[in-house]
Amino acid sequence: MLSSPRLLFIAAWLALWLTGCDSGAGHAVTVEFWAMGQEGEQVKALLPEFERRHPGIRVRVQQIPWSAAHEKLLTAHAGDAMPDAFQLGNTWIPEFVALRAIEPLDQRLRGWSEAALADYFPGILATNRLAGQTFALPWYVDTRLFFYRGDLLAAAGFPEPPVTWDGWLRAMAALKAQGGGERYAILLPIDEWQLPVILALQRGATLLRDRDQYGNFRDPRFRDAFTFYLHLFARGLAPPVGNTQMANLYREFASGAFAIYVSGPWNIGEFGRRLPAALQPHWNTAPLPNFTDSLSSPAGKRVETSTVGVSLAGGASLALSRDSPRREAAWLLLEFLAEPEQQARFYQLTGDLPARQLAWNDPALIGNRHAQAFREQLRHLRATPPIPEWERIASRIAYYAELAIRQELSADEALAALDRDVDRILEKRRWLLRRGLVP
Amino acid sequence: MNNFLHRILSALLVYGLLMLGTVLALAPLLWMLAASLMPPGEATDYPPRLWPSTVTFEHYAALFTRLDLGRYLLNSTLLAGAVTVISLFVNSMAGYAFAKFRFRYRDRLFRILLAAMVIPAQVAMLPLFLLLKQFGLINTYWGVIIPGMANIFGIFLIRQYLLAIPDSLLDAARMDGAGEFRIYWALVLPLCRPILVTLAIFTFMGAWNDFMWPLIVLTDSSMYTLPVALANLLGEHVQDTELMMAGSVLTVLPVLLLFVALQKYYIAGIMLGGMKG
Amino acid sequence: MTTGQERHATRGARAFLAPALLLIAVFFFLPVLAALLLSFTDFDIYALGDLERLRFVGLRNYLDLLQSPLFWTALGNTFYFVVVGGPLSVAVSLGAALLVNAPLTRFPGFFRAAFFLPVVTTLVAVAVVWRYLYHPHYGLLNYGLGLLGIDPIDWLGDPVWAMPAIILMAVWKNFGFNMIIFIAGLQNIPTPLYEAARIDGASGWRQFRHITLPLLGPTFLFVTLMTMIGYFQVFAEPYVMTRGGPANRTLSVVLLMYEEGFRWWNMGYASAAAFVLFVLILAGTALQLRLRRRDPE
Repeated sequence: MLSSPRLLFIAAWLALWLTGCDSGAGHAVTVEFWAMGQEGEQVKALLPEFERRHPGIRVRVQQIPWSAAHEKLLTAHAGDAMPDAFQLGNTWIPEFVALRAIEPLDQRLRGWSEAALADYFPGILATNRLAGQTFALPWYVDTRLFFYRGDLLAAAGFPEPPVTWDGWLRAMAALKAQGGGERYAILLPIDEWQLPVILALQRGATLLRDRDQYGNFRDPRFRDAFTFYLHLFARGLAPPVGNTQMANLYREFASGAFAIYVSGPWNIGEFGRRLPAALQPHWNTAPLPNFTDSLSSPAGKRVETSTVGVSLAGGASLALSRDSPRREAAWLLLEFLAEPEQQARFYQLTGDLPARQLAWNDPALIGNRHAQAFREQLRHLRATPPIPEWERIASRIAYYAELAIRQELSADEALAALDRDVDRILEKRRWLLRRGLVP
Repeated sequence: MNNFLHRILSALLVYGLLMLGTVLALAPLLWMLAASLMPPGEATDYPPRLWPSTVTFEHYAALFTRLDLGRYLLNSTLLAGAVTVISLFVNSMAGYAFAKFRFRYRDRLFRILLAAMVIPAQVAMLPLFLLLKQFGLINTYWGVIIPGMANIFGIFLIRQYLLAIPDSLLDAARMDGAGEFRIYWALVLPLCRPILVTLAIFTFMGAWNDFMWPLIVLTDSSMYTLPVALANLLGEHVQDTELMMAGSVLTVLPVLLLFVALQKYYIAGIMLGGMKG
Repeated sequence: MTTGQERHATRGARAFLAPALLLIAVFFFLPVLAALLLSFTDFDIYALGDLERLRFVGLRNYLDLLQSPLFWTALGNTFYFVVVGGPLSVAVSLGAALLVNAPLTRFPGFFRAAFFLPVVTTLVAVAVVWRYLYHPHYGLLNYGLGLLGIDPIDWLGDPVWAMPAIILMAVWKNFGFNMIIFIAGLQNIPTPLYEAARIDGASGWRQFRHITLPLLGPTFLFVTLMTMIGYFQVFAEPYVMTRGGPANRTLSVVLLMYEEGFRWWNMGYASAAAFVLFVLILAGTALQLRLRRRDPE
């Protein structure tokens, strides 16, 4: 039981603890830097070199989990608690530009040589530019392609990964036929929007129309791609499971429950770590197959083209907070992390693929056979529409795709509903455009 | 004889159901404990294991050394402690006033407060966030503490308890010339001790288990509470079942111990709240 | 009592009330009022960046909500949770209370504590545990069902089973609380009533039906009301277990509000959703009180 004096003591102690946190750190400028997940963990290893070069600057890294990163950055901005520099997904850039949370970098980039900027993968750099201004520097890149079991594919009669949609379908049918009831050809988490969008972009669809003011999902090209995607499930080539249902993805890939998985660079490291040693020589990566118009080619003869199908220009970028009083110091940190040597070191630490092509000449990266497909894929990228509403639209795509896969809606119903939802989401944007309140 | 058989059967039925209920109620918690002690990967073995093949504490070690769980444990303890201490004062004062003072609109005011309990806290959450931003309290411990400092249910509980205490006691003290605050501090608070303990446990557990508000208010990960940290951990380490279980054990254990130690008061408090409601 | 004393008492009361009332007014009533105002605007991420981009939209958020299939889905799910989970939870609580309180039962304190333990656990932590218990391949639950010859169920992944899975966990987590209240209610029923009934030869069921239930009336009302109010506000269970999936089958109104408000920053729209929920809870409360009053027992 608490007696009153002891209560008072506790209260006083609490008051001290509540107010006494964070007592400044000398006269050095301390740059607050937020990075996510393992990047936040590993980037710390690069910083001693930076702090050696800039003795007056200290960097305090805060690690934020990916799962809550978006909400965290938004609440931080709303609460005036933004860091000086931060990592953000490159699809979030338009949102933070609309919020007026990030500082354009064009002034500062004047000091850069043209070659340095041209060294970024062009498709990636484009996602950091909005209305003629550059708002962030690409840090590492991310795109999606095939992770596949070479042994299973070869056993099904396909020693090389498919390069066209037709070849892909045939390979999947063979995989499925060979594996029997327990095997699926491919794993596509049904609550993701990425693959249907990639397929649509390969098919030549534009996702939104009229300066991104309306949804364009009933367009025949999007519809074609969407139906193709749904077929993968309807024919039993892909299992209708979502992300929350996969407790051990790696174990199931190892057991051959599926042979192809569409995923990003982070899984190079994970597959290397988590798959059994015996399987290591047998898994591989490949660029995505491309859509080829089989109807226009002569009947019976399929034209196998060697072009790579486009994928998404994803990745993470680094930005400066507009309101930060320490932008100068924070910019030095950004420049430092953009150097090809640091990019290469960062790759060694995290396995994140560098945004600068020069860094790809690093022996460690050249020696990684799983990364080579990414290099190829990174030259064939498309960006998603550069508007703040995109994340919401993407979540609607995932939602309706899932409903259509579960056959609760037909493809046409799903796309009509999607267009309707997206038009509503974009209503504010149309109003702002009419008023000239957004560029 | 028939009667005897009947009694045996009833006893079997009652105890059978009680045992079944106990197993169902405790199984998830016991499995959590067992899984937290398994070597990596064992919790997803098939058929499922109920007990670790070898007991390991590596996940607990990892949580404290690599994942900074000690810090979150401290945050949770101190935040819940602060909310508890402050809210005890605030609520007991108000409950005392509602029970033992006569003033205009007293009953109407009290009824308004009771009716307000129907409003879901979530309604207020968004503007509360913007309000705290105005006060500069986002990403501070105070941002978590302040909204919990006054609690209508707490006021209600104290009032119910004090209603049963005769006024004559207080009047006697007043005759002796004791000031109002002195009466509250030296007489009312000690009288309320049982219900204060109940309320303290309620508040502490509520604050400890609270998830959504700290998640929103605290942006700095060094300030996270255990449940928030655990939810974040889940995002990064969902494949590491055993590690997650160890984190869950550490989150649940303090409140479980507190409950077991003080369950008499806790249960008395629920009964009081329930009966007079 | 003299007027002088009364004035004195009022002043004292003011000093004691001020901290609590001030806090509740500023940090509860004021935000509620603000939420009401916000729900008539289109406050969003653009407005957050620049208030010039804020519009007063009247009732449009409410109309949009009513036209949004997603909101109806969330509402349907919430009703499902309240209508199935609520009575189930109350029934389990009552059953547990009757068992613990049965004259036959020795060590009622032990069983009471065992049944109560889930209540004090941290939801986020036990939700993590349940996610694994529910796993279609490795989960204990399906293993147990398998021993009984029942095919594995994809608890959290199958749109049909996801909500029952959430309800099951919620009932497990909550029934102990109401059980305690029921025990208190049961102990308030005078034992002579049962003795008299037994002498009249009334069976156990008849005693329960004609003595226990009617006399438990007020407790019953309290418990159902509190459970309903709490269940309408379901958030953390689906947030941690399923994030509203699969196919939004576990998306509750509060979860929708959270997603809209704090993920997309559609504060106006989210506030409107919160108020619709408030009105529903109010209506539910009024309905239950009305039904109670009509029922002479």
